[in-house]
Amino acid sequence: MTAREVAEKLNMTILTGSGDKEVTGFYTCDLLSWVISHANSGDMWVTVMNNLNILAVASLVDVSCVVIPEGIEAYENLLERAKEKDITLIATNRSAANVIIEASKLIGR
Amino acid sequence: MSEEIIRLHYDINDEDFSAAGEASSGVKKTLSALGVSPETVKKVAIAMYEAEINAVIHADGGEADIEITPEEIKVVISDRGPGIPDMEKAMEPGYSTATETVRELGFGAGMGLPNMKRYTDEMYIDTKLGEGTTVTLIVKI
Repeated sequence: MTAREVAEKLNMTILTGSGDKEVTGFYTCDLLSWVISHANSGDMWVTVMNNLNILAVASLVDVSCVVIPEGIEAYENLLERAKEKDITLIATNRSAANVIIEASKLIGR
Repeated sequence: MSEEIIRLHYDINDEDFSAAGEASSGVKKTLSALGVSPETVKKVAIAMYEAEINAVIHADGGEADIEITPEEIKVVISDRGPGIPDMEKAMEPGYSTATETVRELGFGAGMGLPNMKRYTDEMYIDTKLGEGTTVTLIVKI
Protein backbone atom coordinates (compact mmCIF):
# COMPACT_ATOMS: atom_id res chain seq x y z
CA MET A 1 0.00 0.00 0.00
CA THR A 2 1.36 3.44 -0.88
CA ALA A 3 1.89 6.26 1.61
CA ARG A 4 -1.00 8.14 -0.02
CA GLU A 5 -3.38 5.22 0.43
CA VAL A 6 -2.38 4.76 4.07
CA ALA A 7 -2.82 8.50 4.72
CA GLU A 8 -6.24 8.57 3.09
CA LYS A 9 -7.52 5.51 4.93
CA LEU A 10 -6.41 6.95 8.29
CA ASN A 11 -7.71 10.45 7.53
CA MET A 12 -4.25 11.95 7.69
CA THR A 13 -3.32 15.03 5.64
CA ILE A 14 -0.75 14.82 2.87
CA LEU A 15 1.14 18.11 3.04
CA THR A 16 3.71 17.56 0.30
CA GLY A 17 4.93 14.94 -2.15
CA SER A 18 3.25 12.40 -4.37
CA GLY A 19 2.88 9.74 -1.68
CA ASP A 20 3.34 7.07 -4.30
CA LYS A 21 6.08 5.12 -2.53
CA GLU A 22 5.16 1.78 -1.06
CA VAL A 23 5.09 1.63 2.76
CA THR A 24 7.11 -1.46 3.63
CA GLY A 25 7.71 -0.88 7.34
CA PHE A 26 7.60 1.60 10.22
CA TYR A 27 10.03 3.55 12.32
CA THR A 28 9.63 6.17 15.01
CA CYS A 29 12.39 8.14 16.72
CA ASP A 30 13.46 11.78 16.94
CA LEU A 31 17.20 11.36 17.29
CA LEU A 32 18.44 11.75 13.75
CA SER A 33 21.55 9.60 14.21
CA TRP A 34 19.35 6.73 15.36
CA VAL A 35 17.00 7.16 12.47
CA ILE A 36 19.69 7.29 9.85
CA SER A 37 21.35 4.12 11.10
CA HIS A 38 18.26 2.10 12.10
CA ALA A 39 15.37 3.05 9.84
CA ASN A 40 14.98 1.17 6.57
CA SER A 41 14.26 2.22 3.04
CA GLY A 42 10.48 2.26 2.52
CA ASP A 43 9.65 2.85 6.18
CA MET A 44 6.91 5.22 7.24
CA TRP A 45 8.91 7.43 9.65
CA VAL A 46 6.97 9.11 12.44
CA THR A 47 8.73 12.01 14.17
CA VAL A 48 7.77 15.02 16.25
CA MET A 49 10.72 16.90 14.76
CA ASN A 50 9.52 19.59 12.37
CA ASN A 51 12.78 21.22 11.31
CA LEU A 52 14.51 21.05 7.92
CA ASN A 53 16.98 18.40 9.02
CA ILE A 54 14.38 15.66 8.85
CA LEU A 55 14.35 16.07 5.06
CA ALA A 56 18.01 15.17 4.58
CA VAL A 57 17.53 12.12 6.79
CA ALA A 58 14.34 11.12 4.98
CA SER A 59 16.07 11.37 1.63
CA LEU A 60 19.25 9.57 2.73
CA VAL A 61 17.31 6.68 4.27
CA ASP A 62 14.80 6.78 1.41
CA VAL A 63 11.76 6.41 3.64
CA SER A 64 8.37 6.18 1.94
CA CYS A 65 7.04 9.18 3.89
CA VAL A 66 7.45 11.26 7.05
CA VAL A 67 4.49 11.55 9.41
CA ILE A 68 4.35 14.48 11.83
CA PRO A 69 1.95 13.39 14.60
CA GLU A 70 0.12 15.01 17.53
CA GLY A 71 -1.11 17.98 15.52
CA ILE A 72 2.38 19.47 15.40
CA GLU A 73 2.64 22.31 12.94
CA ALA A 74 4.85 22.00 9.85
CA TYR A 75 6.26 25.40 9.02
CA GLU A 76 6.32 26.99 5.59
CA ASN A 77 10.08 26.58 5.08
CA LEU A 78 9.80 22.86 5.81
CA LEU A 79 6.93 22.49 3.35
CA GLU A 80 8.74 24.42 0.63
CA ARG A 81 11.90 22.37 0.92
CA ALA A 82 9.96 19.10 1.11
CA LYS A 83 8.16 20.01 -2.12
CA GLU A 84 11.49 20.76 -3.82
CA LYS A 85 12.87 17.39 -2.76
CA ASP A 86 9.61 15.57 -3.48
CA ILE A 87 9.44 14.15 0.01
CA THR A 88 6.02 13.03 1.21
CA LEU A 89 5.11 14.78 4.46
CA ILE A 90 1.95 13.76 6.25
CA ALA A 91 0.32 15.52 9.21
CA THR A 92 -2.11 14.07 11.72
CA ASN A 93 -3.56 14.60 15.19
CA ARG A 94 -2.98 10.94 15.99
CA SER A 95 -0.13 9.93 18.31
CA ALA A 96 2.99 8.26 16.90
CA ALA A 97 1.95 4.95 18.46
CA ASN A 98 -1.56 5.18 17.04
CA VAL A 99 -0.29 5.97 13.53
CA ILE A 100 1.93 2.91 13.53
CA ILE A 101 -0.62 0.55 15.09
CA GLU A 102 -3.38 1.54 12.67
CA ALA A 103 -1.15 1.73 9.58
CA SER A 104 0.34 -1.61 10.48
CA LYS A 105 -3.13 -3.20 10.50
CA LEU A 106 -3.73 -1.76 7.02
CA ILE A 107 -0.60 -3.10 5.41
CA GLY A 108 -0.53 -6.29 7.44
CA ARG A 109 2.93 -5.87 8.93
CA MET B 1 32.32 0.92 -13.48
CA SER B 2 35.16 2.50 -15.48
CA GLU B 3 38.75 2.39 -14.25
CA GLU B 4 39.12 6.11 -13.77
CA ILE B 5 38.97 7.77 -10.40
CA ILE B 6 35.99 10.02 -9.84
CA ARG B 7 36.58 12.99 -7.56
CA LEU B 8 33.89 15.14 -5.96
CA HIS B 9 34.25 18.23 -3.82
CA TYR B 10 31.71 19.96 -1.59
CA ASP B 11 31.93 23.01 0.62
CA ILE B 12 30.04 22.48 3.83
CA ASN B 13 28.91 25.94 4.83
CA ASP B 14 25.84 25.86 6.89
CA GLU B 15 25.28 28.19 9.78
CA ASP B 16 21.64 27.39 10.42
CA PHE B 17 21.73 23.63 9.68
CA SER B 18 19.13 24.10 6.97
CA ALA B 19 21.26 22.46 4.28
CA ALA B 20 23.04 19.92 6.47
CA GLY B 21 23.13 16.64 4.59
CA GLU B 22 23.25 18.20 1.11
CA ALA B 23 26.78 16.93 0.41
CA SER B 24 25.90 13.41 1.60
CA SER B 25 22.72 13.44 -0.50
CA GLY B 26 24.76 14.50 -3.54
CA VAL B 27 27.26 11.69 -3.03
CA LYS B 28 24.46 9.19 -2.52
CA LYS B 29 22.91 10.19 -5.85
CA THR B 30 26.24 9.96 -7.69
CA LEU B 31 27.02 6.51 -6.24
CA SER B 32 23.57 5.19 -7.09
CA ALA B 33 23.91 6.52 -10.64
CA LEU B 34 27.28 4.75 -10.95
CA GLY B 35 25.60 1.48 -10.09
CA VAL B 36 27.22 0.99 -6.68
CA SER B 37 25.19 -1.52 -4.62
CA PRO B 38 22.45 -0.04 -2.41
CA GLU B 39 24.08 -1.57 0.67
CA THR B 40 27.40 0.18 -0.02
CA VAL B 41 25.64 3.43 -0.89
CA LYS B 42 23.79 3.29 2.44
CA LYS B 43 27.01 2.79 4.40
CA VAL B 44 28.70 5.74 2.71
CA ALA B 45 25.62 7.95 3.08
CA ILE B 46 25.26 7.28 6.81
CA ALA B 47 28.94 7.69 7.66
CA MET B 48 29.32 10.81 5.54
CA TYR B 49 26.13 12.39 6.88
CA GLU B 50 27.42 12.00 10.44
CA ALA B 51 30.78 13.53 9.52
CA GLU B 52 29.07 16.37 7.67
CA ILE B 53 26.79 17.09 10.62
CA ASN B 54 29.75 17.04 12.99
CA ALA B 55 31.57 19.62 10.87
CA VAL B 56 28.47 21.85 10.98
CA ILE B 57 27.78 21.38 14.69
CA HIS B 58 31.30 21.73 15.99
CA ALA B 59 33.12 23.81 13.38
CA ASP B 60 30.52 25.86 11.45
CA GLY B 61 31.26 23.79 8.37
CA GLY B 62 34.24 22.54 6.41
CA GLU B 63 35.00 20.70 3.21
CA ALA B 64 34.32 17.27 1.81
CA ASP B 65 36.46 15.49 -0.79
CA ILE B 66 35.34 12.20 -2.22
CA GLU B 67 37.31 9.72 -4.31
CA ILE B 68 35.52 6.87 -6.00
CA THR B 69 37.60 4.05 -7.46
CA PRO B 70 36.51 0.58 -8.56
CA GLU B 71 37.78 -0.76 -5.21
CA GLU B 72 36.62 1.77 -2.65
CA ILE B 73 34.95 5.03 -1.78
CA LYS B 74 37.01 7.45 0.26
CA VAL B 75 35.39 10.43 1.97
CA VAL B 76 37.58 13.06 3.61
CA ILE B 77 35.82 15.71 5.70
CA SER B 78 37.97 18.45 7.14
CA ASP B 79 37.14 21.41 9.33
CA ARG B 80 38.88 24.24 11.13
CA GLY B 81 37.01 23.70 14.35
CA PRO B 82 38.20 23.32 17.95
CA GLY B 83 39.54 19.78 17.56
CA ILE B 84 38.60 16.76 19.68
CA PRO B 85 40.11 16.97 23.18
CA ASP B 86 39.31 13.43 24.33
CA MET B 87 39.15 10.93 21.50
CA GLU B 88 38.35 7.97 23.73
CA LYS B 89 35.28 9.70 25.16
CA ALA B 90 34.23 10.98 21.74
CA MET B 91 34.09 7.39 20.49
CA GLU B 92 31.79 6.30 23.33
CA PRO B 93 28.21 5.84 22.13
CA GLY B 94 26.02 8.42 23.87
CA TYR B 95 28.79 10.88 24.69
CA SER B 96 28.21 14.28 23.14
CA THR B 97 29.44 17.86 23.55
CA ALA B 98 26.63 19.29 21.42
CA THR B 99 24.80 22.34 22.77
CA GLU B 100 21.19 22.34 23.95
CA THR B 101 20.12 24.20 20.80
CA VAL B 102 21.68 21.57 18.59
CA ARG B 103 20.06 18.78 20.62
CA GLU B 104 16.65 20.36 20.17
CA LEU B 105 17.09 19.88 16.43
CA GLY B 106 17.48 16.13 16.90
CA PHE B 107 21.28 15.98 16.89
CA GLY B 108 23.73 15.34 19.71
CA ALA B 109 22.73 11.74 20.43
CA GLY B 110 26.40 10.85 20.79
CA MET B 111 26.11 8.43 17.88
CA GLY B 112 28.12 10.33 15.26
CA LEU B 113 31.57 8.78 15.55
CA PRO B 114 30.22 5.34 16.56
CA ASN B 115 28.02 5.34 13.43
CA MET B 116 30.96 6.36 11.24
CA LYS B 117 33.04 3.52 12.68
CA ARG B 118 30.23 1.01 12.31
CA TYR B 119 29.45 1.76 8.68
CA THR B 120 32.98 2.08 7.29
CA ASP B 121 35.76 -0.41 6.67
CA GLU B 122 38.44 2.06 7.72
CA MET B 123 38.23 5.32 9.65
CA TYR B 124 41.05 7.73 10.47
CA ILE B 125 40.78 10.88 12.56
CA ASP B 126 43.43 13.55 12.54
CA THR B 127 42.66 16.25 15.08
CA LYS B 128 44.60 19.14 16.61
CA LEU B 129 43.21 21.29 19.39
CA GLY B 130 42.44 24.78 18.14
CA GLU B 131 43.26 23.88 14.55
CA GLY B 132 40.68 21.43 13.30
CA THR B 133 39.75 17.86 12.53
CA THR B 134 40.00 15.72 9.43
CA VAL B 135 38.01 12.52 9.27
CA THR B 136 38.77 9.95 6.58
CA LEU B 137 36.13 7.34 5.89
CA ILE B 138 36.74 4.38 3.60
CA VAL B 139 34.11 1.96 2.41
CA LYS B 140 35.26 -0.97 0.23
CA ILE B 141 33.18 -1.79 -2.79
